[in-house]
Amino acid sequence: MSLNNKLICEIKNMNLNINTIKRITCITGHFGSGKTEFAINYALALKELNLDVLIIDFDIVNPYFRTKDAQDFLKSKGIDVISPEFANLNIESPSLPPEVYSAFADKSKYVVFDVGGDEDGATALGFYHDYFKKEDYDMFFVLNERRLLTQNVADAEIIYNEIKQASRLNPTAIIDNTHLMQYTDSEVISNGIKLAENFASKVGLPIAYVTAAKTVYDDIFSLLKVIEYKDKLFPLDLFVGPAFVK
Amino acid sequence: MGNKVLMKGNEALAEAAMRCGCRFFFGYPITPQTELAAYMAKKMQKNGGTFLQAESEIAAINMVYGASGAGARVMTSSSSPGISLKQEGISYIAGADLPCLIVNIVRGGPGLGGIQPAQSDYFQATKGGGHGDYHLLVFAPSSVQELADLTSLAFDKADEYRMPAMIMGDGMLGQMMEPVEFKEYVDLKDLPEKPWATTGTQMKRKKNIINSLYLTPEELEELCVKRQERYNKIMETEALYEEIQTEDADLIIVAYGTLARIAMSAVSEARSQGLKVGLIRPITLWPFPAKVFEKRAETSKAFLSVEMSMGQMVEDVKLSVNGKRPVYFYGRTGGMVPQQSAILAEIKKYIKNM
Repeated sequence: MSLNNKLICEIKNMNLNINTIKRITCITGHFGSGKTEFAINYALALKELNLDVLIIDFDIVNPYFRTKDAQDFLKSKGIDVISPEFANLNIESPSLPPEVYSAFADKSKYVVFDVGGDEDGATALGFYHDYFKKEDYDMFFVLNERRLLTQNVADAEIIYNEIKQASRLNPTAIIDNTHLMQYTDSEVISNGIKLAENFASKVGLPIAYVTAAKTVYDDIFSLLKVIEYKDKLFPLDLFVGPAFVK
Repeated sequence: MGNKVLMKGNEALAEAAMRCGCRFFFGYPITPQTELAAYMAKKMQKNGGTFLQAESEIAAINMVYGASGAGARVMTSSSSPGISLKQEGISYIAGADLPCLIVNIVRGGPGLGGIQPAQSDYFQATKGGGHGDYHLLVFAPSSVQELADLTSLAFDKADEYRMPAMIMGDGMLGQMMEPVEFKEYVDLKDLPEKPWATTGTQMKRKKNIINSLYLTPEELEELCVKRQERYNKIMETEALYEEIQTEDADLIIVAYGTLARIAMSAVSEARSQGLKVGLIRPITLWPFPAKVFEKRAETSKAFLSVEMSMGQMVEDVKLSVNGKRPVYFYGRTGGMVPQQSAILAEIKKYIKNM
């Protein structure tokens, strides 16, 4: 499949703080909320901090358009990638490779788990519950206000609770990943922030980052200057999906 | 940005179907179509409808037959191997003159094949699949927005002509995400009446019978002839297509679905290099938009059908061009997707000798 692995521009992520990041980060959220794009970019941002980084394609739901698509690019940046043996092949088997355990055994690595969507995807985390118990971790809940099943606090909370239950883990922060691809504008972004704020206060978690694709970054940045999220802005390169929709 | 939302093709189709009055879904999960059924499972009950995961594809299509006979706006969805299983039921539905929507999110074949995108079910969709003299209306959207729009059109046309309609998208269209805007929910009372449906006579009319078995060959032939008259009218009036930069084109690329978008990027690149290339994108695969090919065979020098198959639609292109111009073919199959650069290379191969 044709992928857009080009870095759009050289905007650096300045908001990742080495003193607050955790060794293990799980990226969860509603199906289609943008977990994979965020996970890949988060791994790249960790690498920018000169850390030893491992990303795990932990998706047992999606047949294609997944972290493995960016595997060669990630490896070229010195990031280790673990993905299911059957990912992107002509078979769908919701199995995870034994190498996943290395995430817990090798404490020198910073690990990003790109988890599948909804509670079905989060179920895979539950299996490793005993390992997560032993170590402090971050678990992000990715939210896109333009997804039809997470457009208000009540709907988003249903999915949030299902993920919490299936993963047997507690989310630690919200990622506002609201966008509408080529139609992303200031209205889309500000509505996203509004939902993320209301949702974050409802579930009692902080907003860790507000994302913006680098294609719209300048516009978003000028908007965000006047509000309080400037230090949470997280620029994104886009890696998954067919090239013709970019 | 108004009411646009971001959706996967599979989800958008499910949402669009419920919005245009579909209240019954019978299906069985299969990759790369499963999100459609999963979305229906989440939302159909909230909309007052019935979602049922049947024990098999065969059971599901026969439930569609029953619900359609009772006048419901009903659909099923699957992917290639599952659509093969449904063929007997589809033939019965066509034979009983019933409207419904069948969705095929195509994957590689034959047999179990694979789960990556393909267009190799073109013959099955447009040339029968099941037995007997029948057709499906076959719509081939190329974007998530068009997928939503054509879902509504497919239901309407199926009702209008009392025949099954199919949406055929490849796995890529089902899986990819794009912004989409939906129409409002229709009021079920506003859907066209179905005086032929088995809704109970209330002792006020003759009973309606849904059936595809006829005891005398004369009666069966008469019905087939009448049905063919309807098909002829559809071929005359219902073909849809998009034509881009064909007026002065020496070579016209023919492609449908998501592949048409990759082909279009190759056409744009060829144009920027000064090559006179255009694109015809059939939106209905049956009826095939034959007339535009007859017309363009007068002005262009050749056609190139680009497909995710070993060459299926190319036969309809040849029939429509009717020997007036050469028709070439380029395809990948088994889940492989032709790339812009490969299509461009094919364009150059043929255009340099013109």
